[in-house]
Amino acid sequence: MSSLLGLTAHQLQGLLEKKEISSEDLVKEHLTRIAQSEEQIKAFVTVTGQEALQQARTIDEKRSRGEQPGSLAGIPLALTDNLCTQGIKTTASSRMLRDFRPPYNAAVVEKLQEAGAVSVGKCNLDEFGLGASTENSAFFPTHNPYGEQAVPGGACGGAAAAVAAQEVVFALGSDTGGSLRQPASFCGVIGLKPTYGAVSRYGLIACASSLDQVGCFTRDMTDCALVMNVIYGRDAKDSTSVSFPAGDFTKFLVNDVKGLKIGIPREYLQEVNDPRITAYLQQAAAKLEELGAVCEEVSLPHTAEAASCYNLILAAEVSSNLARYDGVQYGLRVQGEDLVSMYKKSRSQGFGEEVKKQIILGTYVLSSGQYEDYYLQALKVRTLIKEDFAQVLSKYDCLLTPATPTAAFDFGAIKDNLSLLTSLNTLTCPANLAGIPALSLPFGTAAQGSPCGLQLLGRAFGEETLLRVGYALEQNTNLTQPSPAVKGEM
Amino acid sequence: MKITEQEVHSVAEIARLELTQEEGQKITHALQVILEQTEALKRLEISKVKPTVYVLPLQNVFSEDQLDKCLTQEQALGNAPEVEKGCFKVPRII
Amino acid sequence: MSTEYEVVIGLEVHAELKTKTKIFCSCPTEFGGEENTHVCPGCLGFPGTLPIMNKKAVEYAVRAGLALNCEIQEYSKFDRKHYFYPDLPTAYQISQFEFPICKAGYVEIAVNGKKKKIRLNRIHLEEDAGKLLHSGNSITSSQYSLADYNRSGMGLIELVSEPDLSSAEEARTYLEKLRAVLEYTGVSDVKMEQGSLRCDANISLRPVGSSKLGTKTEIKNMNSYRSLQRALEYEIERQREVLEEGGTIIQETRGWDEEKGITSSMRSKEEADDYRYFSDPDLPPIVLEPAWVEEIRASLPELPDAKKDRLVMELGLSEYDADIITGSRALADFFDKTVTLFNEPKTVANWVMGEYLRLLNAEGTEVQESKVSPEKMAALLKSQATGKISGKMAKAVFEEMFMTGKDPEKIIKEKGLVQISDTDALGEIVEKVLAANPQSVADYQAGKEKALGFLVGQVMKETKGQANPGVVNGLLKQKLTD
Ligand SMILES: [Mg+2]
Ligand SMILES: [Zn+2]
Repeated sequence: MSSLLGLTAHQLQGLLEKKEISSEDLVKEHLTRIAQSEEQIKAFVTVTGQEALQQARTIDEKRSRGEQPGSLAGIPLALTDNLCTQGIKTTASSRMLRDFRPPYNAAVVEKLQEAGAVSVGKCNLDEFGLGASTENSAFFPTHNPYGEQAVPGGACGGAAAAVAAQEVVFALGSDTGGSLRQPASFCGVIGLKPTYGAVSRYGLIACASSLDQVGCFTRDMTDCALVMNVIYGRDAKDSTSVSFPAGDFTKFLVNDVKGLKIGIPREYLQEVNDPRITAYLQQAAAKLEELGAVCEEVSLPHTAEAASCYNLILAAEVSSNLARYDGVQYGLRVQGEDLVSMYKKSRSQGFGEEVKKQIILGTYVLSSGQYEDYYLQALKVRTLIKEDFAQVLSKYDCLLTPATPTAAFDFGAIKDNLSLLTSLNTLTCPANLAGIPALSLPFGTAAQGSPCGLQLLGRAFGEETLLRVGYALEQNTNLTQPSPAVKGEM
Repeated sequence: MKITEQEVHSVAEIARLELTQEEGQKITHALQVILEQTEALKRLEISKVKPTVYVLPLQNVFSEDQLDKCLTQEQALGNAPEVEKGCFKVPRII
Repeated sequence: MSTEYEVVIGLEVHAELKTKTKIFCSCPTEFGGEENTHVCPGCLGFPGTLPIMNKKAVEYAVRAGLALNCEIQEYSKFDRKHYFYPDLPTAYQISQFEFPICKAGYVEIAVNGKKKKIRLNRIHLEEDAGKLLHSGNSITSSQYSLADYNRSGMGLIELVSEPDLSSAEEARTYLEKLRAVLEYTGVSDVKMEQGSLRCDANISLRPVGSSKLGTKTEIKNMNSYRSLQRALEYEIERQREVLEEGGTIIQETRGWDEEKGITSSMRSKEEADDYRYFSDPDLPPIVLEPAWVEEIRASLPELPDAKKDRLVMELGLSEYDADIITGSRALADFFDKTVTLFNEPKTVANWVMGEYLRLLNAEGTEVQESKVSPEKMAALLKSQATGKISGKMAKAVFEEMFMTGKDPEKIIKEKGLVQISDTDALGEIVEKVLAANPQSVADYQAGKEKALGFLVGQVMKETKGQANPGVVNGLLKQKLTD
């Protein structure tokens, strides 16, 4: 039997249905791959091999009894470690939650289980989702499969790297300001941040509640549609989730963009540092035009202010959401002589520096003297950014932008260059501020030879257009990333 | 307006954090950069702009007044650092 | 010449909503229960959990608002109020700060016969915190505390008055009025002793005629109507003394010590609370369409004021009686039901105000738990009205009925309590008594009216109290004037 690694979910589904392979074999092969490559990649915080094999066997039994075991039955996946898994450690890559075992599953975890998908473990991220490189994980950084010195991006760098390194077929993560799209771009995979409200946030450890959205990493557009089919939709446990009339997302995988109007926001191009990324964008636009779409330059005038607006809203919500970690009900407790000192010691030793920075900033901008000057101001700018998109997307079906201004950078680069983070956010955070869907897809290699990506932005609940355009690009170009070489490979 | 190191430490106090001197300096510097960047927001004419609080136009999302199952005491306390008599134990308050 | 001071009081009242489940999750609101068993990941503040608004809690808040003459707000939303305390699992309380569900209401109270309108600033929805049990006798002497979150996340309404109250008695009357309205509308259990109704007071003094408010203190820990009144009376005197000695009031929170009968400082407001409120992104706003509000209005029961007016105007009760009877819905319902079965409102009122309340108080029983039903009460009163038993007998029967819950007819039968009203039977006894007491007969005939009373007493004695005194009276007069 030839290697199953690197195949997509829909390819594997065919083999499983025809009983050419078993789920158990498929999971075993991925666990072996993990064992080989983890020393180099360090994508996982926890590998749940036993549970995964058990689940795979159950699915094989179902299949042998002739039962329909679910649309993703037997397919190995990884979860970012900020998605709660019942009885299984869920750390958010924080010392604070090092031993936390939730007594419940995240809504998306339940949905994946119903669909028969098999989680093989929990992936590393920047602590509580705060960062763009996984360097802020309390445990260890994850390495980019395309270059050990390069970061995988973040916050969900572990999950992106796991998919790229063929440790799993697909993965779930969350996106607060680019945490799915930016690592997807750095690791040469697809990352979809759905419309705010399209996927339940129940059981996602909150970073910034008005920005967070659960999404997926896949290797191709078809898998992206298949995963969306499973995870989207209204959940009674999340008041901000809504029913989504899409039906079957795979029906939008049509190789036809004729007549679509695609805008290219000029402000986004101004952020790009790598001329090859600009060239790829132009290449993609030319291809889309060739296929019958109309591509035109557009303007989103408040793009320059987006990152600052995002910084303030993010910090404010983080300071609130992370106040609950105080060493009483769960999480790290460091003893102190009284309550306040226990609080301070637990929180100071439980949180890393980036988290502390965000909490302090958020506490500051919400305090009574500063609220109007900072937080309220940011909420108003958020309105302007939303309106910019509403206006442009009333005339264009979607927007095409670079996913990141640069390809994967080396460890330590953000520390030395605070403006790098701001410019990274500038391209991805506006979609979170406006609540619109955004997809990043691999498109060529940047100057250093590592992957880079393009981003598609759509109307709220307009995922179908992103799938359609992404699919057309995938089918008509040959710029999908070649698999990375991983040391452990024989 | 620049945030001072002293302000950073007093805000940390409110957030129940204690910073080492080094952390205080680094965070102060980082916040000065971030707050400096936000000065650009103040230059926008936005006095009449309505703030966006909710990104989706949702309203009246309710549940019915119906009981669902609770955790057992064991589950509730399962992650607690310290437990006594079925309760979460906390150090003396004053 | 010493300054005259005027007292300014505002109350913040918290009432627990009588919903089956908590305000943002599906855990029960049932009182008691083993520690930490009425909890879910949500009301324990676990990571990744999200609040879901209980529709019934919204309806209850609107009910309370309508019953208290509030303007129901078409748009309201939830905010997070941040502070660290171990009874608050998320370190923020979900509350309504910027846009509460009800604004600008009022209630009317009467103190010493004078009516006064007390304005409500707002009513808002929020969640309750858990309970802390301290290891020592007090929070200051405890080595540690234990947290139970069964109460965490229960729905509350907070009713904030304007500073319109000017005495401890007014404050108490106002709170009793709120209690009655919340009980009538079924919004809350309003049991102060179980904590389903709680009250904090803001209090300050100012020289009469001054338009500027004095520095206020906030009083907490008042667990009964009596302690509210006592605490405020104490605090008024304390502030008056400080001011008269030329001192200044410190703005602070003071706790009421029921045993010592004093208030003492809990914490000063110098560390000015900054709750860093902001809109909770997890909870979409509430928009109350007028049709929904009208539907709730239509479902309101007759409220205490309306009921009282009806009792006075239509049933002819005194203001005083009507006030007491309408003070609780259970008592008022008992009264109403009894009147429908025995249509003599004043008699019913006398019994309810007299024997019934006397025994309820003596036994510490609630109307709801009482064994006396309106049907039994009405049956007893009928027996008395038809002359089957005397008033004195009725009291004895009532007492037994109250204790045992037996039917009055059965008690009458068992005790052999039958009133003799038969003129033939009584006529014989009357003749006998007259014959045996010639001196009294002579006295009466000489104009000494008192002699009649003696003769009636003798007849009652002969019949072991079973004679109908009215009939005996008539018979005696008739014979003596014959
Ligand atoms: Mg807590
Ligand atoms: Zn609960």
